Amino acid sequence: MGCGLGKPKQQLKKCERGTNLTKSLQSIRAALLIQRWYRQYVARLEIRRRCTWNIFQSIEYAGEQDQIKLYNFFVFLMHHFTPTSSERNLISHIFPENGTCRDGEWEKYFCYKSIEVPDGYTGPHLHFPMTFCGVSKLVEAFKHKQQLHARYVLQLLGETWRLLRILTNINHVSTCHTKEITICGDLHGHLEDLLLIFYKNGLPSSERPYVFNGDFVDRGKNSLELLLILFGFLLVYPNDVHLNRGNHEDHIVNMRYGFTKEVLGKYRMHGKKILQLLQEIFSWMPLATVIDGKILIVHGGISDKTDLHTIARVDRHKYVSALRPSKPNHCAVNSSRTQTIKSNNRNAGGPVAGRRRVCSLSPDSSATAQRCELPRRSLHNLPMSPQLSWTVEEELKRRRRLAGFDQTYGEQQRSESDSDPECEATTETDEHEWKQIVDVLWSDPMPQNGCIPNNVRGGGCYWGPDVTEAVLGRHNLQLLIRSHECKQDGYEFCHNRRVLTIFSASNYYEVGSNRGAYIRIGPDLIPHFSQYQASQTCRDLTLRQSVGWTERSALRALRKQLFVHKSDLISAFQEFDPNNTGMICLRDWASATESVLKLSLPWRVLRPQLVNSVQNGMVDYKQWIRELSITERSLEISDTSILETMYRNHSNLETIFRIIDTDHSGLISFEEFRQTWKLLCSHLKTEISDEAIADLAQSIDFNKDGSIDINEFLEAFRLVDPSAHS
Amino acid sequence: MTEGADDAVVSEDNLLHKKITDAFQVFDTNNNSSVDVKDTGTIMYSLGCFPSQKDIGELKAEVEDNNTGIVFLDKFVPAMTKVLQENKFPPISEDVLLQAFEVLDREQKGYLDSEEMIEYMTKEGDAFTEEEMTEMLSALADNEEKFIYYKDVISELVFEPGM
Repeated sequence: MGCGLGKPKQQLKKCERGTNLTKSLQSIRAALLIQRWYRQYVARLEIRRRCTWNIFQSIEYAGEQDQIKLYNFFVFLMHHFTPTSSERNLISHIFPENGTCRDGEWEKYFCYKSIEVPDGYTGPHLHFPMTFCGVSKLVEAFKHKQQLHARYVLQLLGETWRLLRILTNINHVSTCHTKEITICGDLHGHLEDLLLIFYKNGLPSSERPYVFNGDFVDRGKNSLELLLILFGFLLVYPNDVHLNRGNHEDHIVNMRYGFTKEVLGKYRMHGKKILQLLQEIFSWMPLATVIDGKILIVHGGISDKTDLHTIARVDRHKYVSALRPSKPNHCAVNSSRTQTIKSNNRNAGGPVAGRRRVCSLSPDSSATAQRCELPRRSLHNLPMSPQLSWTVEEELKRRRRLAGFDQTYGEQQRSESDSDPECEATTETDEHEWKQIVDVLWSDPMPQNGCIPNNVRGGGCYWGPDVTEAVLGRHNLQLLIRSHECKQDGYEFCHNRRVLTIFSASNYYEVGSNRGAYIRIGPDLIPHFSQYQASQTCRDLTLRQSVGWTERSALRALRKQLFVHKSDLISAFQEFDPNNTGMICLRDWASATESVLKLSLPWRVLRPQLVNSVQNGMVDYKQWIRELSITERSLEISDTSILETMYRNHSNLETIFRIIDTDHSGLISFEEFRQTWKLLCSHLKTEISDEAIADLAQSIDFNKDGSIDINEFLEAFRLVDPSAHS
Repeated sequence: MTEGADDAVVSEDNLLHKKITDAFQVFDTNNNSSVDVKDTGTIMYSLGCFPSQKDIGELKAEVEDNNTGIVFLDKFVPAMTKVLQENKFPPISEDVLLQAFEVLDREQKGYLDSEEMIEYMTKEGDAFTEEEMTEMLSALADNEEKFIYYKDVISELVFEPGM
């Protein structure tokens, strides 16, 4: 406060000093207030960001879990009935039997030589052996959106395959002298991120070694180009470029998450071959990298059982897809049964090669039935009651009937080979090895001690800081670097900085959702981070704007999920509303929604963004469900429950279609369509009448020629949000 | 069940409990009723509190589980309930905030330029980190001249209860 006028000079000075002091105190108080207020504002944004993140992540992981469930279902079917010759095509395509060829046949099958490159081709030409110049040219070509000719693709892949086969399961790298090693995490087809990394950090070379920690494909739209570049550099610098396998280097996962689609779309004629060769390549990818014997790099993580010695020893090639154990060791029996499960020549040298182990399903050998069930059925052994054997038989019959396969199981009842101890022992070792691999590719860290199955993903485990200490200690390591989980800043430490997650695909969920990062490590083994975000526009967004953008996108995705579960939601709400008032309280709304969607989201926090119709703490749920309807469809379908099933199982449907479409023509017959539906409904344990299927097929047979175009079908039932801007 | 009516009748405690649990849940990434102690401040803010850094530090010490860096829900809820019931860290209203800006705006210009902001925010009180400062400037400052027109900024960003 100021002094009055007219005071003598000296007193004025004193007064001024007093004023200055007060002013200082005031400034400090003001500053404190503003700081506190600002931090609160940032915290509210952080909450929103977290919620958004949780939404995306939950939906992502639920999708992964879904995929695994679908796959397990196929495995179950596969092991428990005898398909006719027509069905054989269907089922065998799920597990294509590449392993039966010997190397010479392989070379012939994947031979690129017969493929001519037309004169009109304007893309890059590759020369082998690959040189730095050649790869750089390839990078440039991809930068300019050119496509590599199928001949060169196959040639490049062939060379890669030959190289990968001689690599060991674990890459050992050293930072001798002053070499710094660069480590990148998930890239998921984000070519622009890879190019950004190369721009900032330099291309791979013997002076600039790189480790790429898996998940190169799926989701992004340049998965193939990205892979080809990585393979190109691998061929030129085999001692300085190291690739680890990720859980997406897996043809089953690829069918759902876009890589299969990308390849088939870009290479109509040779796509199938390319995919098959890639399947081989993925199975030959190393599983881990160790730097200076001190830093372990794997894609997912570890479990309490992780043992590098075992991992080093396994025949990694056996595990074509990490989603199921290697093909069963076959014990000799009735030859008429061996159709789809042909003898496994890959296990050359294995003691029980060529013999088939048969599961007995007769009531008096329940224990054996159990042993057969458990290893193959799921990634996490489900508890099964001993009386299950006869129910399994019944269940099988029912499922087959539902799926439209009407064979009997006569030949199933053999028990002789069950008593073969060698057979069993080998399978148990297989089991153990398989678990090591799944754990390394699918696990996630958790803050508490312990090691529990990772039920969110459906594979691998959650491991705690005590397991980190144990495993690192056991192997005399000091740091575990892994990827697998998207992080907002591209990287994150946990477990007392003993575990480091590195993620290199920026804008993973949505433009502006996260930065990507890579690590540089020198002989001092101290990680240095570089972060980036592809695309000019999002870097200029303020935190608030990017949170808003991502949030809107997440909420759209969430509303979609809510919409496809409409009927289940209404049933759940009605349980809380026995008098049919049409209103339920917020607590019940939250609890019912979670019980249907099972995404573990904070519904009450999200509520203001999702529900408008709230009065006095009560939700008008019928109104709300109506508001959620966001589809536009041009077709009239009478049975709305099928519609909902279709929307909800869009990805599952697509996966099954792609499997059925064995010649990759994009068209399937009515009969195949019918089989697909039966399979899906069997998996979902619902029923569908033939009439309903015929009705459906007719309405979507756009050409009226008896065949159904997969893409048109999927497009017709893609959820459309009219408010979304492209 | 018509528990909606019950909610209103049931004690304040229960409502608070739910509010706190909900906010906690957002940070409970592994769904096991625990959060990183570093998030304590953010959770407090999200519940409408305006603690100082010291206040946050004190609560952290109270709820952290034996130096593990973890906070468990069952310890957090009672501590936070008390904070909310006693309204220990009440919100800063718009006018108080405006006054604070006006105090700093010695020349009564109607805005603060970046240098002034940086000077105050990073040298006085609960100083900002460099990162916080950069983010604040980019969020609040007028792009062209880097001035913060505080009157406009405040009305946009003041806390709304019941969020």
